[in-house]
Amino acid sequence: MNKAIRLLIAALLLGLAAAAGADQLLMIRSSQPFPETMSALQNAISDWGYKVTRVQNVDIGLSKIGYKTDNYKVVFYGKAEEVAQLVEKHPELIPYLPLNVAIFAEKDNTILVTNRPGVLAEFFPDPELKALFMRWENDLTEIFNEVQDAR
Amino acid sequence: MRHRIIALIFISLADGVQAQAAPDGAELYARNCAACHGEKGESGIGVPLSLPSFQATVSDEYLHKTIRLGRPGRVMPASGLSDAEIDAIVRFMRRWGAKQPQSPQMYDARTPSFPAEPIKGDPEHGRRLFAKLCASCHGTDGEGGQGTGVTFSRPRDQQIMAPALNNPGFLAAASDAMIKETLLKGRYGTPMNHFLGKKAKQKDIDDIVSFIRGFEKTPKTQTAAVLETEQAVLTMDSPYDLQATIENVKRAVVSNNFIYIREQRLTAGLVPQDQEDPRQHIIYFCNFSMLNTALATDPRVGLFLPCRITVVEQNGKVKMMAVNPKRLSKIFNNTELNALCDEMTKRYLAIMEEAAI
Repeated sequence: MNKAIRLLIAALLLGLAAAAGADQLLMIRSSQPFPETMSALQNAISDWGYKVTRVQNVDIGLSKIGYKTDNYKVVFYGKAEEVAQLVEKHPELIPYLPLNVAIFAEKDNTILVTNRPGVLAEFFPDPELKALFMRWENDLTEIFNEVQDAR
Repeated sequence: MRHRIIALIFISLADGVQAQAAPDGAELYARNCAACHGEKGESGIGVPLSLPSFQATVSDEYLHKTIRLGRPGRVMPASGLSDAEIDAIVRFMRRWGAKQPQSPQMYDARTPSFPAEPIKGDPEHGRRLFAKLCASCHGTDGEGGQGTGVTFSRPRDQQIMAPALNNPGFLAAASDAMIKETLLKGRYGTPMNHFLGKKAKQKDIDDIVSFIRGFEKTPKTQTAAVLETEQAVLTMDSPYDLQATIENVKRAVVSNNFIYIREQRLTAGLVPQDQEDPRQHIIYFCNFSMLNTALATDPRVGLFLPCRITVVEQNGKVKMMAVNPKRLSKIFNNTELNALCDEMTKRYLAIMEEAAI
């Protein structure tokens, strides 16, 4: 689909979500088990031009302390140039960088969740940032679609 | 050329009208509901929608209103979908209701509908009965069970947590007659027992319904609270240089009952190590007890994890920065999470203050 049209759709969705006070989290269920979904997520992130910077093992720390937990990890990702530019021009965004997706097992399925990047437009109303948040939202939606389609 | 463009616009509009006329309920459900409720409505973070006893005791109108209004403060968000799209989801969900092999005979396989007329009863007597028969699961003030799904919060054999009956979303969606039907027939397969043929008389049940309806008149309770707060970022200047501030944050983290995990540059992993910007460092830390509680309260909180403060040097000044959990709590629509987010904001600030002394 044409990039401009996708951005337009993302903008409309952002507007609708904001207007209705709708879900501010992006969340999907993959019918694949955790390892396969984790692999699909990392591939999709790369396919959309981002780099996975780290996979944080939330589950391992909890288990070591003695808490019962299923697979739970956080995947951090970003684009080097974009992060460098944001740090210089919009340092207020630094605590939200790199971007992340939480991924956890639910029986034989896997859940992926993160905040809608569009929500950041509410936090940081600078008009210059709106296009960026829209693109992030669009990319994330495509990444999640790719994970759901992966078999 | 102009004719072609006009024709294309008409085709697009026609497509749009067609799409509006026949939204795909299965696709809409998969996109909007399955993450919480399961692909086949078998439950997860959300309640089991395909449970035959649930299907047999809720009306289409209840489902429609529930999707539209959500449950303020109780995870389920309000939907911005069109009425036609919501109806398509409801129709899709009803496919599960058609087959109910394990249901006791008291359930009718047909989709129920209920009159909108209010049921008259004695709310004071209803309050006493509610305290005796319902409050152990639904809470004294109808605030519902705690936590949400997945392995963290409750045993997997328990498919459902008691709904918050005082929630404005529930009260707007459920008619008195529907509440009465649920009391009479219960929800087979969940801890909700039925009153049919038991000691409670019709009048007693009317009294309980009348008491539950009375929640509408009480002030908005904690159940539906959403934290309102100002800034999305917590920031504090440091009087020390970058390296000293980093060390101070590490010490402050430990003295505030967190375990220091690691320190890394913001651009680590994005660029080769020798090209990482040395002016931004992230310090990761964790309090596992608090983490376990947070995940039990809401397994979606991963975007906070692990706890982190970024120390930044910019124009010769050093700053500590973190996301404001109190601000982020709003996006989860989960009142139970509010207290934890409030606490985390205080702890972040305490760590920054200590590091800046």
